[in-house]
Amino acid sequence: MRKLAGIPLETAREMYRRMVLIRRFEDHLYALFLQGTVPGTLHQYQGQEAVAVGVCTALLPDDVIFSTHRPVGHFLARGSSPRGIAAEILGKASGCAGGKGGQMHLTDVSVGAMPSNAIVGANIPIATGAALGFQLRGQDRVAVSFFGDGASNTGAFHEGLNLAAVKAAPVVFVCENNQYGASTPISSMLRITDIADRAAAYGIPGRVADGMDVLAVYQAALEAVERARQGDGPTLLECKTYRYAGHSRGDPGGYRTREEVQRWRERDPIPLMRTWLIKERGLAEKEADSIERTCQSDVEEAVEFARNSPEPAAEETYRHVFAEGQ
Amino acid sequence: MSTREMTMVEALRDGLRLAMRGDPAVFLIGEDLGVPGGFGGGFTVTLGLADEFGHSRVMDTPISEIAILGAAVGAALVGMRPVAEMQYGDFVFCGMDQVVNQAAKMHYMSNGQVSVPLVLRLPVGASARGAQHSQSTEAWFMHTPGLKVVCPSNPYDAKGLLLSAIRDNNPVVFLEHKLLYGGKGGRKESSSAARVTGVPEEDYEIPLGTVAVKREGTDLTLLANMLMLHRAMEAADELARRGIRADVIDLRCLVPLDMETLTASAKKTGHVLIVEEDNLTGGWGAEVAARLSEAAFFHLDAPITRLAAPDTPTPTAPALEREYVPSVERVVETAVRLLAG
Repeated sequence: MRKLAGIPLETAREMYRRMVLIRRFEDHLYALFLQGTVPGTLHQYQGQEAVAVGVCTALLPDDVIFSTHRPVGHFLARGSSPRGIAAEILGKASGCAGGKGGQMHLTDVSVGAMPSNAIVGANIPIATGAALGFQLRGQDRVAVSFFGDGASNTGAFHEGLNLAAVKAAPVVFVCENNQYGASTPISSMLRITDIADRAAAYGIPGRVADGMDVLAVYQAALEAVERARQGDGPTLLECKTYRYAGHSRGDPGGYRTREEVQRWRERDPIPLMRTWLIKERGLAEKEADSIERTCQSDVEEAVEFARNSPEPAAEETYRHVFAEGQ
Repeated sequence: MSTREMTMVEALRDGLRLAMRGDPAVFLIGEDLGVPGGFGGGFTVTLGLADEFGHSRVMDTPISEIAILGAAVGAALVGMRPVAEMQYGDFVFCGMDQVVNQAAKMHYMSNGQVSVPLVLRLPVGASARGAQHSQSTEAWFMHTPGLKVVCPSNPYDAKGLLLSAIRDNNPVVFLEHKLLYGGKGGRKESSSAARVTGVPEEDYEIPLGTVAVKREGTDLTLLANMLMLHRAMEAADELARRGIRADVIDLRCLVPLDMETLTASAKKTGHVLIVEEDNLTGGWGAEVAARLSEAAFFHLDAPITRLAAPDTPTPTAPALEREYVPSVERVVETAVRLLAG
């Protein structure tokens, strides 16, 4: 673990809490899914918590994030309500998008979380545009685009990074390299080891961070966010991480070995941070346990809320096709 | 109101200038828009605007249609009002995901939390450039819920509709026919219809969702847009000489579509001929024909008829293009046949 001597205990504890909240939320949702109560599909975030939490902790309230088809971690890290997310995933009227979005399309503008995007790579130029908007308005805000290793092979990645680079847009590109695009190992789809190396092609900094170490991610993100906010342009930040779950529902992960999964699990970001908090910052074991219990009950309460919420009325189908007015 | 004779290019430029003066959120994004000594966009519409508004608000981009469209979506999400230009309408397909999956759906997917107020300007229409620079693409966008579709036929409408489109809170696809630009200088189209009309210098808006009745008659309803509207008007002159009086309606906005006016005309004349430059199958005319058959079937004396480009790519040679794009003569012939039963 990185030793971020300056980090306030309160901040570090909150990072831990958010990582635990994400893990418990995703585990609980998976259990619901196995019971057959989750409509559609699930793309889960277990294993990658340090990336979402490390990056979002480096942001200010006015900054915006653009997430992916695997958005729960980013939204909880940004402070979105577990109730709204759970209800959205269960297709309820009380969901953060009224049931019109679903698992892959969460939105919560109250925490600067723009519509999450289920088209791989598409949010890269969109985040760039948001950053250009901030720049044109002279606003001191930063946009973050989260995407996976697979997205780095799309045309949108190339076009978005290049445009952001030539305009010095205040945007941070966070590549969560979880080693697989669906079932395909990224190593067979790239001739380079570090996706961050691609930054050189656009004349911007490329950084690699240990995506299992929330403090390492946080420190790298702070630098990238600061650089963007100061008008020095974008950074490509690659976080090496791993998703424990399958790509989506019903994916048993037959394309990877048990040993490989185990190797990554040994560096699970949550126990790593717990140990650091206890050993380096004197957090009491009891307090760490209490954080975990609270997260568990928060998740259970949120899911209960979602289950008890009404479904959207049929006429909602026709609302919000067009925005009103000028 | 003081008016000035303007080409469509001048009217569009005037509209952009007024919109940008009035609202700092409005900016232009595309290829070759403001490069000093450059083109002023594909067809000179943005020429000179960088002198007044600078190169940040007249934003030149790499040849990156995904990035142009995606950046426009992103900027719109945070409160800007981007006007994005594709150098040719055909190039939109390079970034179609950003139009169809992103711009059109964000408001809906977010349950109204965000909106995407952007204008996408697309030069369309056949002009001896061949299959990848000539398409009429309105039906592609009509089919996607969440997009408004505008297609002016003259400078006055172009300016008023553009100002409305920029101030609308939705993504608006704004089609401009190359042969109607009447552009000056090196990029003027030699076969341009070159319509110049008096255009108010002031700021005015023409509401989206309106059609324009250009001529009134009792025997036949001619429905057309953009260049085909001019061919329909010429055809109506010839038909009048033959004693056939036609309603001619300009479908200057396809989404939302004023079906009420179209239906009233169809019921009045009992004969409907749709003239369109896009391909026959699944073109905008097919949708209008279907809706009219539901709304006015028992008032019709003949099948609703479409005169469209054939289901081929757009050919290049002038002789072939003449065959491809509906001509005045063919409009007249088809109308006469339709009325003869």
